Amino acid sequence: MSAAPTPAWLDALRRDARARADATGLPTRRDEAWKYTDFALSGAAAYPLAARWQDAVPASLATRPVAGGVPLVLVNGTVVGDWGAPDGVTIGRLDSPDARSLVEAHLGAVIPAARKSLAALNGGLFTDGLVLRITAGTRLERPIEVLSLGASDAASGPLSFHPRLLVVVEEGGFATLVESHRGTGAYFSNSVVEVALAEGAGLDHYKIQDESLEGVHVATLGVSVAARAVYRGALLQAGSRLARHEVHASLCGRDAVFELDGAYLGVENQHLDNTTFVTHAAPGGQSRQLFKGVLDNQAQGVFQGTVLVERAAQKTNAHQLSKALLLSAGAGMSGKPELEIYADDVKCGHGCTVGDIDETALFYLRSRGIAEADARQLLIEAFLADVLEHVSLDPVRETFTAVVSERLRRARLGKEDR
Amino acid sequence: MSSGIEQVRSLADQAYKYGFTTEIEAEAAPKGLNEDIIRFISAKKGEPEWLLEWRLKAYRLWLTQEEPVWPRLHHAPIDYQDSYYYSAPKRKDGPKSLDEVDPKLLETYEKLGVPLQERARLAGVAVDAVFDSVSVATTYREKLKEHGIIFTSMSEAVREHPELVRKYLGSVVPYSDNYFATLNTAVFTDGSFVYVPPGVRCPMELSTYFRINAEKTGQFERTLIIADKGAYVSYLEGCTAPMRDENQLHAAVVELVALDDAEIKYSTVQNWYPGDAEGKGGIYNFVTKRGACRGRASRISWTQVETGSAITWKYPSCILQGDDSVGEFYSVAITSNYQQADTGTKMIHIGRNTRSRIISKGISAGHADNTYRGLVRVQPKADGARNFTQCDSLLIGDLCGAHTTPYIESRNPTARVEHEASTSKISEDQLFYVRQRGLSEEEAVSLIVNGFCREVLQQLPMEFAVEAQKLVAISLEGSVG
Amino acid sequence: MTTMSGPNEGTGSRDGAGAPLLAIRDLHATVAGREILKGIDIVVPAGEVHVVMGPNGAGKSTLSYVLAGRDGYEPTQGEVVYQGQDLLAMKTEERARAGIFLAFQSPVEIPGVTGVNFLKTAVNAQRRARGESELDAMQFLKLARRKAKELDVGEEMLRRSVNSGFSGGEKKRYEALQMTLLEPRLMILDETDSGLDFDALKTVAQAVNGMRSPDRSILMITHHQRLLDLIAPDCIHVLIDGRIVSTGDRSLAHELEKSGYAQFAGQAA
Repeated sequence: MSAAPTPAWLDALRRDARARADATGLPTRRDEAWKYTDFALSGAAAYPLAARWQDAVPASLATRPVAGGVPLVLVNGTVVGDWGAPDGVTIGRLDSPDARSLVEAHLGAVIPAARKSLAALNGGLFTDGLVLRITAGTRLERPIEVLSLGASDAASGPLSFHPRLLVVVEEGGFATLVESHRGTGAYFSNSVVEVALAEGAGLDHYKIQDESLEGVHVATLGVSVAARAVYRGALLQAGSRLARHEVHASLCGRDAVFELDGAYLGVENQHLDNTTFVTHAAPGGQSRQLFKGVLDNQAQGVFQGTVLVERAAQKTNAHQLSKALLLSAGAGMSGKPELEIYADDVKCGHGCTVGDIDETALFYLRSRGIAEADARQLLIEAFLADVLEHVSLDPVRETFTAVVSERLRRARLGKEDR
Repeated sequence: MSSGIEQVRSLADQAYKYGFTTEIEAEAAPKGLNEDIIRFISAKKGEPEWLLEWRLKAYRLWLTQEEPVWPRLHHAPIDYQDSYYYSAPKRKDGPKSLDEVDPKLLETYEKLGVPLQERARLAGVAVDAVFDSVSVATTYREKLKEHGIIFTSMSEAVREHPELVRKYLGSVVPYSDNYFATLNTAVFTDGSFVYVPPGVRCPMELSTYFRINAEKTGQFERTLIIADKGAYVSYLEGCTAPMRDENQLHAAVVELVALDDAEIKYSTVQNWYPGDAEGKGGIYNFVTKRGACRGRASRISWTQVETGSAITWKYPSCILQGDDSVGEFYSVAITSNYQQADTGTKMIHIGRNTRSRIISKGISAGHADNTYRGLVRVQPKADGARNFTQCDSLLIGDLCGAHTTPYIESRNPTARVEHEASTSKISEDQLFYVRQRGLSEEEAVSLIVNGFCREVLQQLPMEFAVEAQKLVAISLEGSVG
Repeated sequence: MTTMSGPNEGTGSRDGAGAPLLAIRDLHATVAGREILKGIDIVVPAGEVHVVMGPNGAGKSTLSYVLAGRDGYEPTQGEVVYQGQDLLAMKTEERARAGIFLAFQSPVEIPGVTGVNFLKTAVNAQRRARGESELDAMQFLKLARRKAKELDVGEEMLRRSVNSGFSGGEKKRYEALQMTLLEPRLMILDETDSGLDFDALKTVAQAVNGMRSPDRSILMITHHQRLLDLIAPDCIHVLIDGRIVSTGDRSLAHELEKSGYAQFAGQAA
C-alpha cells in the first residue's frame, strides 16, 4: 500500500503513526478491547488502498445532505469538490500549509496511543482529510455537514480507505457537526475523527453510519473536552457487515460535560460494536452515555464502555446505560460496562440489560386490535425513543427515524425469507 | 482530639487478632516444586496410581502455563521454588478421635474461636480443621454418619470412598482449568470432602477451618461437596494465618456438585492475614471455586465475606446446567491499607429457565484496590434464563480505587439479563446524622458500612453472621479520620 | 478530652433557677468561606422554649448545624456555652452525648441499617458515655416498641432501613421517636413543622410537650406560626441575614404574622 505525496511535515506525523501501527499490529480477539469483535476475520485488512479519487462524486451516491446546505464530501477518503466557509470558520485540507499549525498541535493527540486501536493505521495511511476550525467565540447556527462515501465495484474489487477529520473549536465557540457515512460495494472505511474543544466551547455531533452492508466500518473518535466545554454526541449505527465505533473521550478541564447517545440496529449477519473509553481527568466533570440496540436475524451486538475516574477528578458524575433487545434466536449481545474509579467523592453508575420485547406490552397492544408485527414495530420504536429524543436537530432525527424504519422492514423480510 | 485518631490507628495495627504462631513440630517436604515433591505428597497420603498420574499430568501442563495477567492486581513475581508444598504437624498415626489430637492444635483452634470439642460454643456445627497441609480433626462425624452423610478430609475420602472421589474430582474444575487450579491439582495436600445422600437434609452446618501456620509454606487444599438428588447442605469455611513479613501462597480449589433438586449453600469468611499497614506480608489468595448445578431445579448459593489477604483472586461460579437451576452469589469484599482484591463470579446459563442473582458489595479504603469482575453468559439453549446483578462500591478516602468489570453475553432472545452498578462514598449527611445521635465517627462508619453490606451478611448462617459484622467493623478500623 | 456531665446528671444541683442551659454570644460562622451567621446572641435558660424565626436564607439551619457541630459550618467568632462547657470545642458525637439533640429538617436515608439496630446503637453509645449499663436487645426492643406506639410509629418502621422510603410525616415522627428514646437536655427542632399534615404535627408536638421539664430546653427553628400554637414558647428571636434583630415574648410572633419580616429589613442591613 502506498500513500499519496504529502508535505514533509505531514509525512513525519504519518511515519510516526505508521511505526506505531506496525509496532502494535492489528487488533485480535486476544486484545481485551477487541474481545468480542474479530476484525481479522473480516478480511478487511487485506483490502488494497483505494487510489486518490480523481472524479466527481459518483451519481449513484448522489449527495443527499441530511441537514440541508452543501456538505463536505469525501469519496474513498479523498476530499472532493469545493466548499465555502461561514464567518468564523476555517475549512481546509489536512495537507494545506494553512492547516499545519493546527494539525501539528492536535492530529493524533486526542486519541491515546497506549490503547490499541485502528487509529494509528489511519494515521499511517490516510490519503486526504479535512480540518475544521471554529474560531474563539463563534457560535454557528447552521450545521456543518461531512459526508464520507465509499465506492467499489466488481472492477475495482474491495478497497480500503482512511477518512480523517480534525475539528477544533476554540474558546467559547460552538458548532453542530453532522457526519454521515454511506456507500456501495465492498470496502473498508477506517475513519478517524478528532475533536478538540477549548474552554467553554461546545460541539453537537451527529453521526449516521449507514454504510453498504458489504462494507466494514471502523471509526475511532477522539474527543478532548476542556474546562466548561460541552460535547453532545448522537450516533446511529445501521450499516456495514462489521462496524465498530470506538470513542476515546477525555474530560481534561474542570466541569467539562460529555454526553453520548447511541442507537444501533443489526439485521442479517451484521456485527455492530460500540466501544467507549471516557476518562475523567479533572474535577466536576459530568458524563452520560445511553446506548440502545436492536438485534434481529443473526446480528451480533457489542457494547463496551469504560469510565475511568482519575484521582484528581473529584465531584465527578458519570453514568452509563446500555440496553439491547434480542429479536431472534440467532441474535446475540455482549456487553462490558466498566467502571474504574480512583476518586472517592464521585457518583458513578452503569446499567446493562439484555432481553426481549416485553410480552405484557405486546399482548396489551394486540388486545387493542393491533397486528403483532405492527405492535412489535411500535414497541421497538418506543424502545429507541429516548435516544432519538436526545437528537435535537429535526432533520437528523428524521433521518435517524427513517433509517430505523427501513432496517426494521429489512429485518422482517429477513425473517420471512427463512 | 487527634489522640482519638492515633488511638484508632494503633487499634488498626492490632486489629488482626489471629496473627499468632503455634510452636509445633512439623514434618515438611523439602522446599521447592518438582515431580519428586509431587510423588512425595502422593506417597505420604498413600494415594492410588490414577491420582498421582493426574497430579503429574497437571504439573507438566502447569510448567507450560503462565500466570494470568488480566486481573487488576500487582505483585512482585512469585518464586514458586521458594516455598514448601507440604507441612504437617508431626504425629505417629492419624488421630482416631479428638482425644488424640495434639493439645497444642486444640488450643490453637480454641484461640481462633473454633473449638473442636463437640459440645463447645459452636454446638451444631461440624468442623473439619485443616492445619497447613493436612486435616487434623473432623468433628461430629459419627452423628453425620447416622444420616449417611460423609464429612471427612479429602485424604481420607480418597482412601475410603475412592469411587465417589474418582467420579467427581476434577469434574467441575478440570486439571487444565487455569494456572492456579492446575498448580493446585498437582500439589493439593488436603481439604474437605462432603457427600450428602439422596433426600437427606444435612442436620447441621458443616464447616472447614483453614489455618496456615508454618513459614514459607503454601496451602493448597481441595474441597469437594456433592449433594445428591434432593439433598441439602450448608457449608462454611473460615481462614486465618499468622502475621509474617513474607507473602504466603494459598491456591485452593473448591468443587460443588448439585444433582436434581439438591441445594448447596457455601459460605466463606475469609480472614487470611492481609499484611501490615505498609503492605508488607500477607497471604496471596488465588482460589478457584465453582459449582455445577447438574440436576434439574438444583441450587447453589455462594456467600463470601472477604476481609483478609494481601491479594484476593477468586470467582466462585455456577454452571447452571440443569433446567430450572438457580445460582446465587453474595459477596462483601473489604480492602484497606494496601490490600488488593479482584473478585466476582461467573454464571453460565446452559439449561432452560435457569436463574442467577449476583449481589456484590465492595468497600475500598486506604491505598487499596477493589475490583468486581463477573461474567454472565446465556447460551443459545437457555430459554427463559434470568439474571439480576447489583454491584455497589463504596470508597473511603481518596487514595483507593473501586472498579467494576462485568462481562455480559446473551445468545438467547427469551433471556433477560440485568446489571446495575454504582460507586459512591459514605455521604457527609449520613455521617453527621449518625454522629448527631451520639456515635463516634468510627462507629458511624461501621454502622453505615454494615448497612451497605446487609443484604449479603444476612445470607450467612446465623452462627457466623454476628462474627462477620464485627469483622467488617474491624477491617475498617483506622480507615477514617 | 473535656469532662462532660450527662443530661440526667445533676438535676438537683443546677445553678440557680433560670441559669442558662445554652448561651450563644456574638456567634459568627461561615459556610464555604461565606459568612452566614454575623453575630448571634441567644440565651436559653433551662426549662424554656425559645423560637428562632426568620425568612428563608436568614441562617436558621446554619445555626442549628453550628450548634450540633457539623463539618463545614465553621464558627469564626464568639462563643457558645452549654452547661458551663465550651460547646464549640466538642465533637459532634460528644455534643450529642452531652444531651444535644437535633431533629433534622430533612433526615437522610441510610440504606441497609435497620431502625432497631440504629436506635439501639445510638441509645447504648449515649448510655455508655454516661457510665450507664447498656440495654440488651430485649430490653431495648421493649422500650422502643412502647415509645413507638405512643408516637404512632408503626412497628414495621423499626425494621425498615433508617428513613428509607419514609414519607415526610414518617420521617418527622421517626425523629420524634429518637428524641424520646435519647432523652436529650437541649432539643433543637429544625423546621420540624415543614411538610407535615396537622395530625402528624400534633403527634410531634405532643412528644415535645411530653418531654418538657424544668431541666430541658427547646430551641425551635421555624418560619411558620402553627407549631407555636401547639408548643407554647417562652421567647421569640427574629433572625434576619445572620443577626438576631429582635427578641421578645409570644406577642412578637403575632406581630410577625400580621406584618411579616419586612419591618425588620432595615435593621438587618
